[in-house]
Amino acid sequence: MKRAVLGIALALLAMPAPGQDALAERAEAAFIASFAGGEPAVLIRTGLQDEVQRLCSEHRNAPPAGLAQLIEGAQRAVIRYPARLMGDWREGERIAADFTGLRYDDKPGQPNGGNCYACHQIAREELGAGNVGPSLLGYGKARGWGVAAQRLAYERIYNSQAFTACSAMPRFGHNGVLTPEQIAHLVALLLDPGSPVNR
Amino acid sequence: MNRLAYALAMWIFFLPAALADETLDAIVGQYREALKDASPGELFVDLGEELFRTKRGLKHASLEACDFGLGPGVLAGAHAQLPRYFADTDRVEDLESRLMSCMRQLQGFSEDAFPRHARSDPRMPDFERLAVYVAAQSNGMKLAAPLTHPKEVEAYRIGERLFYRRAGAHDFSCATCHMQQGKRIRLQRLAQLTNPGEAQGVFTTWPAYRVAPGEVHTLQDWLAICYWASRHPQLRYGSETSVALQVFLAQSANGGVIAVPGVKR
Repeated sequence: MKRAVLGIALALLAMPAPGQDALAERAEAAFIASFAGGEPAVLIRTGLQDEVQRLCSEHRNAPPAGLAQLIEGAQRAVIRYPARLMGDWREGERIAADFTGLRYDDKPGQPNGGNCYACHQIAREELGAGNVGPSLLGYGKARGWGVAAQRLAYERIYNSQAFTACSAMPRFGHNGVLTPEQIAHLVALLLDPGSPVNR
Repeated sequence: MNRLAYALAMWIFFLPAALADETLDAIVGQYREALKDASPGELFVDLGEELFRTKRGLKHASLEACDFGLGPGVLAGAHAQLPRYFADTDRVEDLESRLMSCMRQLQGFSEDAFPRHARSDPRMPDFERLAVYVAAQSNGMKLAAPLTHPKEVEAYRIGERLFYRRAGAHDFSCATCHMQQGKRIRLQRLAQLTNPGEAQGVFTTWPAYRVAPGEVHTLQDWLAICYWASRHPQLRYGSETSVALQVFLAQSANGGVIAVPGVKR
């Protein structure tokens, strides 16, 4: 069933965008010619959108309900899991505060940060938290730390668009920004009763 | 009881961020007030004027005959009608692309005199000074960027598309951060750029004196920094993307009163 949904979704996603083709091509050509320098991987990755990025751009992050369901199903079907869903919250705290990685002048080959504080309040002690995303303070207290809660937290960080198509949150696992093991550390930061999120 | 406890908890949770925000705004506000009559940015305007009037380049000419859209040598109000279409280059240009065109045509500068990328290119300071000088000659005037020539309309549509274009490892577009009101990245306030009031606050105050680096930066600098932070490659100075985004932004900001150099973090 999962595989069938994924098949249909991918076939639909591969269809060319309707209308505005000439303008779209002009804008793409202008965009690609506007960037140069830095890491070649960054250039390639931003020049070529994946289908989800293209569809979310086309629909300005408000896809029609049917398309949203397809995106969510297709994204959910390709989540990969680590051996253990709960890592070490101390490691998670470090990853959440680390804002580096994947900018064109960052050294490649280093582990990337999650930069979670850019958008979320997490530990109460950190006052300089952004508010683009919801506060995560008390996350585990509200949800418990059972396997179901671990799985849900993991999946939301791995690929937020498996739950909300065209969500503003980066698909940290899906896009390879964070490894499954790094995400498990963030799961611990959110759920572990000893973590500053729940103390 | 639960609801009360929840409300109390929420109040406590949001208090630190809200307080920090107010303190920060107050500090930047006080700073702006203190600098109102003698902003360090004014020094850069003077340096820009000197450079503007200096004979330079292969043709040993100044920029005094540059046409910013209102005729050769007319600076008053010119920046308030940029970006716009220019017949001599057959393209839409913003303030900084126009400076480069005049440097080519009037002074005989070649491409290697121009910054490749706005952010941190060693050739930027001259452009920042020239830009802030020219822009300051429109202070007090209302922004009225035109949208009549077909190429202006095309640039607007491209800019609008690129504003929503998500890409890269983080799936970011301009709209990711600049579509909602009252949002912050860490403590940095984010302008809702589709809201005329907020777009005006942004567009009319660049070039601006930035307190942290202690320099005047331009809108091209700022766009390059945005793309860097959103995990895009290096934006080329004067590139079509950088101009088209400004055409899109200017239409949202039209009617705002030019006040440069602004003072920013």
